[in-house]
Amino acid sequence: MSDLRELYQEIILDHNRRPRNFGVPDQSNRTAKGHNPLCGDIVTVYLLLEGNVVKDIQFEGKGCAISIASASIMTELIIGKTEAEALELFQSFHDFVTGDDVAELADELEELKALSGVRDYPMRVKCATLAWHSMAAALDGDGENVATE
Amino acid sequence: MTEIKRGGRAVKLKSVADGFDLDQIREDFPVLRQKPHGRKLVFLDSAASAQKPRAVIDAIRYCYEAEYANVHRGVYWLSERATEAFDGARETVRSFINAAKTSEIVFVSGATEAINLVASSYGGTFLEAGDEVVISHMEHHSNVVPWQFLRDRNGVLLKVAPINDDGELILDQFEAMLGPRTKLVAITHVANSLGTVLPVQDICEMARSRGIRVLIDGCQAVPHTSVDVQALDCDFYVFSGHKLYGPSGIGVLYAREELLKLMPPYQGGGEMIASVTFDKTDYAAPPYKFEAGTPHISGAIGLGAAVDYVRSIGLEHIAAHESDVLRYGMQRLAQIEGLRIIGAARQKAGVISFVLDDVHPHDVGTILDQEGVAVRTGHHCAQPVMDRFGVASTVRASIGMYNGRDDIDALARSLNKVKEFFG
Repeated sequence: MSDLRELYQEIILDHNRRPRNFGVPDQSNRTAKGHNPLCGDIVTVYLLLEGNVVKDIQFEGKGCAISIASASIMTELIIGKTEAEALELFQSFHDFVTGDDVAELADELEELKALSGVRDYPMRVKCATLAWHSMAAALDGDGENVATE
Repeated sequence: MTEIKRGGRAVKLKSVADGFDLDQIREDFPVLRQKPHGRKLVFLDSAASAQKPRAVIDAIRYCYEAEYANVHRGVYWLSERATEAFDGARETVRSFINAAKTSEIVFVSGATEAINLVASSYGGTFLEAGDEVVISHMEHHSNVVPWQFLRDRNGVLLKVAPINDDGELILDQFEAMLGPRTKLVAITHVANSLGTVLPVQDICEMARSRGIRVLIDGCQAVPHTSVDVQALDCDFYVFSGHKLYGPSGIGVLYAREELLKLMPPYQGGGEMIASVTFDKTDYAAPPYKFEAGTPHISGAIGLGAAVDYVRSIGLEHIAAHESDVLRYGMQRLAQIEGLRIIGAARQKAGVISFVLDDVHPHDVGTILDQEGVAVRTGHHCAQPVMDRFGVASTVRASIGMYNGRDDIDALARSLNKVKEFFG
């Protein structure tokens, strides 16, 4: 079970049990739905942009512990960031879970490191990045559905 | 033991009279010796693709090592040997499903291609705008999407027969859907996501008595039950080799010869022609008319070997053993608190689909994997069924001839670990 503890660290189980910023906000001006064709999971992300700053972000949907935790941690990190910073964060996270070389994450991204376990489970990288793809699509502003494939 | 001749090769097979010996069968499947994460492999995903017995692996190796050349073309010794083995596989398949003639057995890449072939060639030619195709609510996507293509191209209407909360076809409602414009019923024999066995004999009678053609998707049926296409009186019966312990990339379309003669070719190329000039091409007779290009020679031979192997064990023995394991599994899993079985049809084969409390099927699958237990998680290419039961995905444990009650025990133990972990 030790390998499992690597994948399902306590932070992940906690975010899965009590996802932060979960629900449909009263106010949002950008939204996108992400779909994982592998499992049929759907995560919708709602953003409230003021100027180029993310004032609020919430998400809803069904997903595995990995995708829910990743979405939950993402919302905490994105609030208050500019669009460019949010997308840059997505890029670092993406590199972190897919890169051959283990990219280092900044200290402020400590919680994301809990998702490092998915590197050993290539099938689960899609779960970890689902909400991030939705967030990026929402920022793109076309509001179209995105898929992780 | 009996010995049969397959191409240039003598094959030793068990005889059905020897009975069902689970330990011996497990010995026959080399992959079962693998140790995922250091654990005994408990393979419960045969509905996705079954493992291969030594007999199939040997037949494919022999094909490439001893009798490989293109078929139906060469006049030399090696090509004749390959042709004999390839044609022999067609005869083996014919006899397996009791088709009247080998010309009714078309080799395709799998059931998906078979259905696309029928939708395109038969549907595209004989169905008109306003004609209806009836499918069920528990079809695999491969028996949904080709008919949607036809709908979008020809204006054919697609009607879906409903199922009840146990995952059974509601037969009287199905029958009520068969109207004057219904031209084809395309329906599964055993539902891949739920394991429901459909009353295909009744379905065929209902359809045939109204002059409606019937296509049966037999992918999940042929590994578990014997099929007689003449007794069924169906028009088309399709299945894939890889779920029947044979190789992937090969499958079978059975169709009545009279239909194959009427249907236009699906693809053009070599093998399917009688003569070609730049003005006009005459097509070969069935089945070759539908087999353009060099076929999957080793695949067909491997499929033939798989059929020989299954018949040597005996489908009656296999069905009796698997239904014991299935019954035991349904009982054992029902005892796990928070586990909900999806699909409780009275007639079921090979599949237990379930969800566990709030734990997502992918998380269940990953934790089971650590215990050496391989199951399928997801929507099983049957999203309308998932929608019907209000879930996005399930965990599916499916049973092959090599599974025993011990595999169910391992699954149940591992599921309890999942609960501890997420509890």
